Amino acid sequence: MHWLSAFLVFFGSWISGFFIIVTNAWMQHPVGYKLLPNGVYAVTSFTQLLLNPWALLEYSHNMCAAVVTASFVMSAVGALYLLQGREGPYGRIFLKLGVIAGIISCTLQVFPTGDLHGKYMAKNQPTAIAAMEGLFHTEKGAGMVLMGQPNYETETIDNPLVVNNVLSFLIYGTTAAEVEGLDHFPRDQWPSTLPLLFYSYHIMVGLGTWFGALMGIAALLLWRGKLYSSRWMLWLIMLSWPLPHIATTAGWMTAEIGRQPWLVHGLIRTAQGSSTHVSAGNSLFTLLGFLGMYTVLSLLWVIVVYNHIRSGPLVNGQAAHPQTVTV
Amino acid sequence: MGTLWFWIVALMLTAYVVFDGFDLGVGIVYLFVARTETERARVLRSIGPVWDGNEVWLLAAGGTLFFAFPLLYASAFSGFYLPLMMVLWLLILRGVSIELRGHYADPLWRTFFDGLFSFSSALLTIFFGAAMGNVVRGVPIGADDYFFLPLWTNWQTGANPGILDWYTVLAGVFALAALSLHGALYLALKTEGDLERCALCIACRIWRATVVLTAAGIPATVLARPASLNNFKGHPVAFLAPLAVIASLGMMRYTMAKGSRLFSFLGSCGYLISMLVGAATGLFPVLLPAVGIAGRDITIDRAISDPHTLRVGLIWWSVGISLALMYSVIVYRQFWGKVPTDAEGYGH
Repeated sequence: MHWLSAFLVFFGSWISGFFIIVTNAWMQHPVGYKLLPNGVYAVTSFTQLLLNPWALLEYSHNMCAAVVTASFVMSAVGALYLLQGREGPYGRIFLKLGVIAGIISCTLQVFPTGDLHGKYMAKNQPTAIAAMEGLFHTEKGAGMVLMGQPNYETETIDNPLVVNNVLSFLIYGTTAAEVEGLDHFPRDQWPSTLPLLFYSYHIMVGLGTWFGALMGIAALLLWRGKLYSSRWMLWLIMLSWPLPHIATTAGWMTAEIGRQPWLVHGLIRTAQGSSTHVSAGNSLFTLLGFLGMYTVLSLLWVIVVYNHIRSGPLVNGQAAHPQTVTV
Repeated sequence: MGTLWFWIVALMLTAYVVFDGFDLGVGIVYLFVARTETERARVLRSIGPVWDGNEVWLLAAGGTLFFAFPLLYASAFSGFYLPLMMVLWLLILRGVSIELRGHYADPLWRTFFDGLFSFSSALLTIFFGAAMGNVVRGVPIGADDYFFLPLWTNWQTGANPGILDWYTVLAGVFALAALSLHGALYLALKTEGDLERCALCIACRIWRATVVLTAAGIPATVLARPASLNNFKGHPVAFLAPLAVIASLGMMRYTMAKGSRLFSFLGSCGYLISMLVGAATGLFPVLLPAVGIAGRDITIDRAISDPHTLRVGLIWWSVGISLALMYSVIVYRQFWGKVPTDAEGYGH
């Protein structure tokens, strides 16, 4: 019965995730629709909507990210227990499971899901790719900017750290291919907040690289049987738990800012979609309200989760490390 | 098809009021009925397994509105933007206070969450009542079918109303009374001993307030929107709804004095259902009445979706609602009867 409930929770949340992504993917890459005479878009094919290639790529990339987050949190708890020198098998179980799930999901996150998603995006939202990569000018054998600060005025990257030809190779599979830069497109089609898009994307990719490296080394140590005693590695794993949350947020920001200035890509501009009757002041008020509420809730959440982690899992209905909850 | 969807949405909102109504009501009377930690834990256990499932009815009604009457959805969610966001905040705070309470052992924290739970339940109920009042009274719909309501203007109904005026405040207070009665009767049904006695005693007092507010509310509605009477005049059979209201009030009174708790609670359910059916009858075929010169009522015919959408929707709606009903039946059967007195607190 417990197993069935757990399975239903998994099934329900992953199905629900799929429909959310389908909706978002339609905004990123509309398919299976027609324009009615009254200016309304209607879906003509439910199958096309559900099998939108963008949705399948986005879903696998996103759900994979969820597994990355979960495996980091799990291995961080395991690492904490081992560093504290707790008795019992839980530290090792958590760490082992977390690292194995982590190395699989981190690999899938980059290849094939991230790779295919990027290529598909380059085909269908070339402005977004150009802005994410900070490619102002169309180039043959375009390089990939590892770090730098996009400069709007001069249309260059300040303090660039570039690897030559890599971008062309990643998108088209050959180092010589031409990648369209932002100058290829009219300015009113550029994503409206370039620096934010550039940084979100680079934070996502940078952290993703860190995840792969960390989990790769951890898996190697696990295989050689040295992981549980490598305290430096346990420290790194424990401290890395918040990073997947940041990377996922940055990834969503990349997707949503990259779509700008479109609400539905190519069909409806964001400016057309904004409410005419709710004033900007009202929106700001509610935004600040949500920020305040979520700040408080996050604090409460940290306290609760920290206390649960500290008292440890239940053994025969009793906490292994009973603690009175102190705040 | 439009008529069918009107009654489907009305049915779902009624289900929301009847189901989530009792756990909101339990929240309102919570601090008065339950004094000690064990009592509070028992009260929370009585709604613990079901309160979040009950809230799904509101979500599902909103979703149904979205695909069956998109114009109404767009117009109302834009016009009621600020109050809807406040409802959302209150729903969040309420859910969080129920769930987090058990995770903090310190009595001060528990008292804090108890207060938050009761406060948000009461305020939500007032908001829902006021929202119902706004829908019955009508809103200043513009020529583009949109509107924006300030929170208050001069507290008068008429061409330039606010979210709050004398009528909607009355509706809010009315909802507060009706749902606390509903919640107190639910508690009396689900608990025993001192808790049951105390809940019943509170229910008796609120019953009187509810009778007074019902007697004031019905003429006030006719005053706020005289057109509410049209359907009743055209189809006198509709007067069965107010008759059922009176009958269920009587039934509650009688069964509270002698009789089973189950019948008192069912009386309260019948009361809420007949009130809402009466309100929906008063509105039909209008979904959101307009006040002022420029506006036209948003009616079923103007707001209804494309026929194809409705056909597809009916299939999926039936599948979804069957699942929800199955779930409800299982949960309510599982937790049927009084909450055991020796049970552990609601913490998981």
